[in-house]
Amino acid sequence: MSPVLQGLVTIVIGVASCVAYFFFSNMILDKVLFPPRGENAGRNINRANQWRPWLFMFPAMFVLGLYLVYPVVGSFWRSLFNRSGDEFVGLGNYAILFNSPEFQTAVFNNILWLIFVPAASTFLGLLAAQLTDDLKWGNIAKSLIFMPMAISFVGASLIWKFVYANDFDIGLINAIRGLFGAEEPIDLMQVPFWNNFFLMVILIWIQTGFAMVILSAALRGIPEETVEAAIIDGANPFQVFFKIKVPQVMSTIMVVWTTITVLVLKIFDIVYTMTGGNFGTEILPSYMMTFMFRDDGRATAVAIVIMVLTLPVLWWNIHNARKEMR
Amino acid sequence: MADLKMTDVAKAYGSVEVLSNINLEIGKGELIVFVGPSGCGKSTLLRMIAGLEKISGGTLEIGGQVVNDMPPAQRGIAMVFQSYALYPHMTVRDNMAFALKIARKSKDEIDKAIQNAARILQLEPYLDRLPKALSGGQRQRVAIGRSIVRDPKVYLFDEPLSNLDAALRVATRIEIAQLKESMPDSTMIYVTHDQIEAMTLASRIVVLAGGGISQVGTPLELYEKPQNEFVAQFIGSPAMNLLKGRIVGTGEQTTVEMEGGGKAVSHYPTTESDMGAEVNVGVRPEDFKETEGEDAIYRGTVDITEALGEVTLLYFEAKKGSEPQVIAKLLGIHAGLKGRTVRLTAEPKTVHLFRNGQSLLYR
Repeated sequence: MSPVLQGLVTIVIGVASCVAYFFFSNMILDKVLFPPRGENAGRNINRANQWRPWLFMFPAMFVLGLYLVYPVVGSFWRSLFNRSGDEFVGLGNYAILFNSPEFQTAVFNNILWLIFVPAASTFLGLLAAQLTDDLKWGNIAKSLIFMPMAISFVGASLIWKFVYANDFDIGLINAIRGLFGAEEPIDLMQVPFWNNFFLMVILIWIQTGFAMVILSAALRGIPEETVEAAIIDGANPFQVFFKIKVPQVMSTIMVVWTTITVLVLKIFDIVYTMTGGNFGTEILPSYMMTFMFRDDGRATAVAIVIMVLTLPVLWWNIHNARKEMR
Repeated sequence: MADLKMTDVAKAYGSVEVLSNINLEIGKGELIVFVGPSGCGKSTLLRMIAGLEKISGGTLEIGGQVVNDMPPAQRGIAMVFQSYALYPHMTVRDNMAFALKIARKSKDEIDKAIQNAARILQLEPYLDRLPKALSGGQRQRVAIGRSIVRDPKVYLFDEPLSNLDAALRVATRIEIAQLKESMPDSTMIYVTHDQIEAMTLASRIVVLAGGGISQVGTPLELYEKPQNEFVAQFIGSPAMNLLKGRIVGTGEQTTVEMEGGGKAVSHYPTTESDMGAEVNVGVRPEDFKETEGEDAIYRGTVDITEALGEVTLLYFEAKKGSEPQVIAKLLGIHAGLKGRTVRLTAEPKTVHLFRNGQSLLYR
């Protein structure tokens, strides 16, 4: 069977079985379990309607349970075993982790990422959203700023490999340094400490567009009259922006901020492609990758640490989303 | 001395002229109301005074100073917006303090101004609330309070009551009238499309139509001596009836032979040269009286009656899908007039004459 045909057949079977599931499960509920007949007709209709939401939620809950909850529990269980998985070591993997200098570097770097990337992306996005709003060519500028969003992290890293290349003719940064009279090109990826920030710039470059699009929509939602009232009250453009506009989009800013924060906790591609975690640029996800398939006990332990770090941000995010819905 | 003076003020968006030849002098302590149909430019004119729209031509003076290119904050104006435009993230106190903080006034001065405004507007219990915890009427009062604390030369109101429900609108209208009374020296400009607001609040009304000023005058001047058919029909509800006729008698009073038969006598004086001129005879619905005589201004069959208790509205020539041609408003209850033929007349002093849309009184 040709791959195209195979794909089509899969789609048809998939969609048809979804339809069949909802059709037949509802039919069983209405016709067999709680038929609206006999002396309990009214009560049966109510009970069927109480059950119905669960019919619709069951597939999603089943899939999430299978692919999300089970792996989390399984990973935690695995992290309590040794390298080959045949000896129970308790929290031994965690103990080794917390005492290893690489892990400490990774945690420190990760904290740098968590502070710097969301802050810079949100701030630059807000700035871009405000500055492009009144411009005639603002939409073109916006498209350009948004475009990196469409590039994969690995692709973006490759682009920036050229920017940072250790060569006057290839590397943009070194070319600029050359203009100002530098004698030798430097490898920016090996500049201690600051190389972390060179890596972060890549993610900021990608995420600024996201922040800009969301914040631009929020800024447009601000009632124009409040801005006009502020102008009549004597506020200058800076005061209008920081005292009237920003406070009104604060909840959106926080949503953007936390969304990027969660994303940062998952990033490993950029570090993995650019430095492989060398030269002191390790972060937790890339640190995890170095153990994967070699020592799954320690790799899963890192994964659990990352998850625990994500929880407060996620909790805050969900808390706010719920508040918004009310 | 005029507190605000407009000379040949015009507004154009590109090549589209929306306002032109606006000449108006507003004295200190006046409450001027701009009225007009939607899209007549009344809000635009207000925003030009505020400095939110550029003035394309002419000069605008406030307190004897040309302010065409002056930023809004320095013009000595304050504006109350239709949507209140309160800063949602600030408490009532901070909303009112914002302008003063920007102007770097001392804390004592700010507190004093806020206390004063809160007292006038009975907002004292709400000073530490956010706008979302206030009712519509309270929000509108905060918006007014935000103007008061700045102690401006001119207050600008842009349809301040149109977001309120009917009962609150009447209450707030009275509050604004009382506010004006308590500040006799403040000049106020008030934009509305509601003629009841205009008639009750204004010391003078400016009727805007077709990109210019149609008439300026006290509410009763506009009602009793409209300069043109537009003002005649815009002020008063239901609108003034206009009936075609031809002048057959001139002098201190004018006699008009109506197109539909009958005669009308108006207190408008005319001269010999007006003899035979085609005119529109204007009679307000409330000025019509039933008559048995032969000199009726109008006779017709009543198509619809609306008995409101104190008055009864009679609609004549009300064809389906079109506005009735003639409306009469008779005092008291007149049941059973539907389908009957009625003759209507009016006192000469309530009969208006228009030629080519312009009143014969102003020539």
